[in-house]
Amino acid sequence: MSEFILLYFVIIPLVMMGVLYLIPGEKKNAIRYTMAGGSALLVALAAYITIGFFEQRAAGMTQPYLFTASKVWYEGFLNIHLSLGVDGISVAMLVLSSVITFTGSFASFAIEDKAKEYFLWFLMLSIGVFGFFISIDLFTMFLFYEVALIPMYLLIGLWGSGPKEYAAMKLTLMLMGGSAFLMVGIFGIYFMSVPEGGVPTFEMVELMKNVSTYMPIEWQHVFFCLTFVGFGVLGAMFPFHTWSPDGHASAPTAVSMLHAGVLMKLGGYGCFRVAMCLMPQASADLGWIFLILTGTSVFYGAYSACVQNDLKYINAYSSVSHCGMVLFALLMMNNTAFTGAFLQMLSHGLMTALFFSLIGSIYGRTHTRDIRLMGGMMNIMPVLCVCYVIAGMASLGLPGLSGFVAEMNIFVGSFQRSVLAFEEGNWMFLIFTILACTSIVITAVYILRVVGKMLFGPIQDQHHATLTDANYYEKVAAFGLIICVAAIGMFPSVWTDLLNISLPNLVSLFADKTIVAPF
Amino acid sequence: MEITSIAPWILLLPFLMFIFLGLTAHKFSGQTSAKIGTTAFGIVAILCYYVAGRYFFGNFSVLDANGFEVFNKTGEIYNQITVFNWTWMQMTENLTIHIGFYLDPISAMMLVVIATVSLMVHIYSYGYMFEHGHFDEGMSRYYAVLSLFSFAMLGLVLATNIFQMYIFWELVGVSSFLLIGYYFFKPAAVSACKKAFIVTRFADMFFLIGILILSYHTQTFDFDQLNADNAKHVLDSFSITDGSRGITFLGFPLITIATFCIFLGGAGKSAMFPFHIWLPDAMEGPTPSSALIHAATMVVAGVFLVARLFPVYSFAAPEVLNAICYIGAFTALFAAIIAVAQTDIKRVLAFSTISQIAYMMVALGVARFGNHESELGFTASMMHLFTHAMFKAMLFLCCGCIIHCVESNEMSKMGGLKKYMPITYWCFLIGCLAIAGIPIFSGFYSKGEILTACLENGYTAIYVVMTLTAGLTAFYMFRLFFHIFHYEENPEYATSHHKPHDQGWQMTLPLIVFAVLTVGFVFLPGFNNAITATRTYMEMPTNWTVEGISIAVALLGIAIAFFLYYKKNEKPANIMAKCPALCEFVYNRMKIDEIWYGITRSFIFGVICKSIAWFDHNCIDGFMNLCAWITQKVSLETKDAQSGNVQQYVWVFIMGVVTIAFLALY
Repeated sequence: MSEFILLYFVIIPLVMMGVLYLIPGEKKNAIRYTMAGGSALLVALAAYITIGFFEQRAAGMTQPYLFTASKVWYEGFLNIHLSLGVDGISVAMLVLSSVITFTGSFASFAIEDKAKEYFLWFLMLSIGVFGFFISIDLFTMFLFYEVALIPMYLLIGLWGSGPKEYAAMKLTLMLMGGSAFLMVGIFGIYFMSVPEGGVPTFEMVELMKNVSTYMPIEWQHVFFCLTFVGFGVLGAMFPFHTWSPDGHASAPTAVSMLHAGVLMKLGGYGCFRVAMCLMPQASADLGWIFLILTGTSVFYGAYSACVQNDLKYINAYSSVSHCGMVLFALLMMNNTAFTGAFLQMLSHGLMTALFFSLIGSIYGRTHTRDIRLMGGMMNIMPVLCVCYVIAGMASLGLPGLSGFVAEMNIFVGSFQRSVLAFEEGNWMFLIFTILACTSIVITAVYILRVVGKMLFGPIQDQHHATLTDANYYEKVAAFGLIICVAAIGMFPSVWTDLLNISLPNLVSLFADKTIVAPF
Repeated sequence: MEITSIAPWILLLPFLMFIFLGLTAHKFSGQTSAKIGTTAFGIVAILCYYVAGRYFFGNFSVLDANGFEVFNKTGEIYNQITVFNWTWMQMTENLTIHIGFYLDPISAMMLVVIATVSLMVHIYSYGYMFEHGHFDEGMSRYYAVLSLFSFAMLGLVLATNIFQMYIFWELVGVSSFLLIGYYFFKPAAVSACKKAFIVTRFADMFFLIGILILSYHTQTFDFDQLNADNAKHVLDSFSITDGSRGITFLGFPLITIATFCIFLGGAGKSAMFPFHIWLPDAMEGPTPSSALIHAATMVVAGVFLVARLFPVYSFAAPEVLNAICYIGAFTALFAAIIAVAQTDIKRVLAFSTISQIAYMMVALGVARFGNHESELGFTASMMHLFTHAMFKAMLFLCCGCIIHCVESNEMSKMGGLKKYMPITYWCFLIGCLAIAGIPIFSGFYSKGEILTACLENGYTAIYVVMTLTAGLTAFYMFRLFFHIFHYEENPEYATSHHKPHDQGWQMTLPLIVFAVLTVGFVFLPGFNNAITATRTYMEMPTNWTVEGISIAVALLGIAIAFFLYYKKNEKPANIMAKCPALCEFVYNRMKIDEIWYGITRSFIFGVICKSIAWFDHNCIDGFMNLCAWITQKVSLETKDAQSGNVQQYVWVFIMGVVTIAFLALY
């Protein structure tokens, strides 16, 4: 079974689900310890894979994916394999997912109502996420993607707050709409990329060769758009982002964490892996359409966040802005921008998870998320508030925390690309790069607005004065995430090295493509 | 001791101290944290002095990247040496961010400035924050942030490349934010810290864009490469030749845009017009931190930045230097005028700081590479940076002592403090004489050189403005001085339980140290030995006409202040009554803040953000909801068809058959 070591990312949560199923619902602590232990195991596994990945590379194994394993799943009408494998990018994503599952479990300890069922669905969600990142078969990837989406409906609908039915429905329907595009795209790629006399395949490595060789460029354009939009919906691309504010606002803490932290990364990751890497020519031809949309997301999200009053809305719009930055950087198609995009995925995942866990803790105490009704929280719950300030600083790109390294790679990469485009007479790239740069100021505005109104200042509501500070599981969640955020921010070269093991090969796909833009 | 082995600790120790004090903030009492923090910074200061001393007076060598031995001095010329250069992150093939330690005359001088002021502030704060009674539990936080600031500021001046500078630039920004917002329960402090952060951040955006442009074309971040051989690399990269300004963008030479953007970043931190609005409000922070950050070190970062890239500016973008000196001259005069009308003593000092930093900018702006006369501005600017750091920090610390006693920042609550606080009195007087430019005191020398540099390089108009500003400076500083220490004694003092008095040794010692440095500046080794544009000895021309006029103007300013404010009288009020609107206008800082608020609050918040949020809620979300609503309506309307009612089915069936038959027939 050792060749299927990656499958443990799916097996461990499955076993945990089994164990949880056997524990009676009243034994809350047993459930919690199972979650903590199991998710710690996932972190350990991710660490093991990371170290193993570096070691195998050092030992000279140069194939694009390592830890590969493949088994035929269904060989009738469709040629489906269970193909597993990781490259530098997916290893980074696995680390992110396991850290967030771990901290998310701790953040969920506060759930009292139907805790067992909650954790079962929570694990289901994480199975989908892990499965997505370890698959290198388009069909299994899509399968796990769907597995990750469905539990969201129940988690929000049952354990959420506010207009939760509306939010759950909206989120699920919009994401399902996205996966309808995706399904058409994926099957289109499958059927249209058959070499003469060959069999169609879902296998990524083969598809990367087949698609650009055998698929007519017109069809590539169509499927590029379909898959990019499909994954883009999950990546909160303008104008398909409106599920995000409502969904996050209603979702319970840990679900927001996992959703913003990992699930939204599926969008960016999928856009890159499926839409762009399979159809590089199409992304060079049509990238400008999405560049407009994602560039708009970047400052649109930031400006929208400035006038929201609900903490979760602010962070949801900020996610729109930051995730827009991910897709924006991907479309810049050079090594630095790609590195920036993936660092931004890690960084956004960690800091948004941190934000949502803190917001959950604060909301659990004050029962309000309206920043106008709170004030002087720093006096009342210093630990939570200091963590919030750190999260805010990471979000606005303070050096030493993760946001900075990501944004700087994105800006430098985008700038390199846009000046090239400019020299060829295309203005568009430069305009959007400058607009993206202005978002660092706007981010500071909305972050400091919250910090100033809610954390600083005199105590607004005397009922809040007696509230308690963070308890142990909230501290575990917050400190764990802060350590990760600082680790990326202070030692970025570990992460850029990891990403750069795999990126140069992928960058070469785009290197010879000429830039197309209308203006 | 080897320089290479102690240099890393200059950066690491304050950083570790920040982490340590930050994590143990709730464990230790404030005093313990203060003692630990001060001791640690004492060690850092000794290391800084040692490194700077060895650099200026000693003889040592380090190995450069290629393994060659580089000495601190070749003959009479000081070398720029990279003590270490760690790779932090590789961005592209050529662009790598290093965290390093760069020694040259100006960074060694800054080491001395930062070590001195920061150490004194560490000591002073112990008395100030502790005796102040309140916020004992916040003191650990305070000392942690002081350590962070010291770390960031040292990293900034020691940067080997422009990106390292940007990194630490942001870090000093955030420590400034945290210190201004130290009293976070006070709404004024909260809005001040937000304002400071956002305004400087806005300027930093230009800095970043400037770095992006510069690094794209030169393919390097390193100062060594940018500055080497009269900025040859920059000239080549932008294809600038004698006849041509090189690559253009929208008709402007690109190098001008890049270097001007970088200057704008510096203008934000150094509070040049129109980015000056954050500095007066930053006075909401504890006074010792104002002395450190908003008077002596962080606010001169912009000057340091221009000085660091001086070869690039001088050879590749002299027109930007011209712009700098005009912006500087305007800011100097503008801030001095506003300072005259302020009543809050810290605000007066804040505007005075803006004005004095503008002097440094002007001096850099008029300087060019060439001969001794044209290079004079560079040395003058660095000299003024040094002297200003000492006397302004002292003035701020004196204000701290006064505010500590009087418990108010308002001038009207003060007066006649001379007999209660003699040490503070004499130190404050020395500071005022220095800033006014009276001989013997440090400010005289540096300011005189700046004025000489302006005149000798043909900037006569700027010379006149700066001389006028010097007179105004003398006037408002002595207005402040007489108002605090003479004028009319506040009757509350005599009856109060706590008569104003000089503070304990922790607060007095720093004052005396700075006073000695201010008076003894003439005995320091001459700046012209090392801190010059060419890093070698330079003849300092002295223009006695300029010096004479500046002394006369300063004395005139002092005389007017004496005449109006030495004793309580009606003259100031009478003068103000003649033009109340003007006084009001100047007191309100010429409404520049209102213009900024107008743009940000009404336009960006009120128009852009609100309309985007409206659009998002109504149009985009509305469209999604409309889709859902249509689906729902359609299904509601059609669901009646599936009623399960057999009669209805039969009826529809028959009608269908009839209709089809009818259609088929015709």
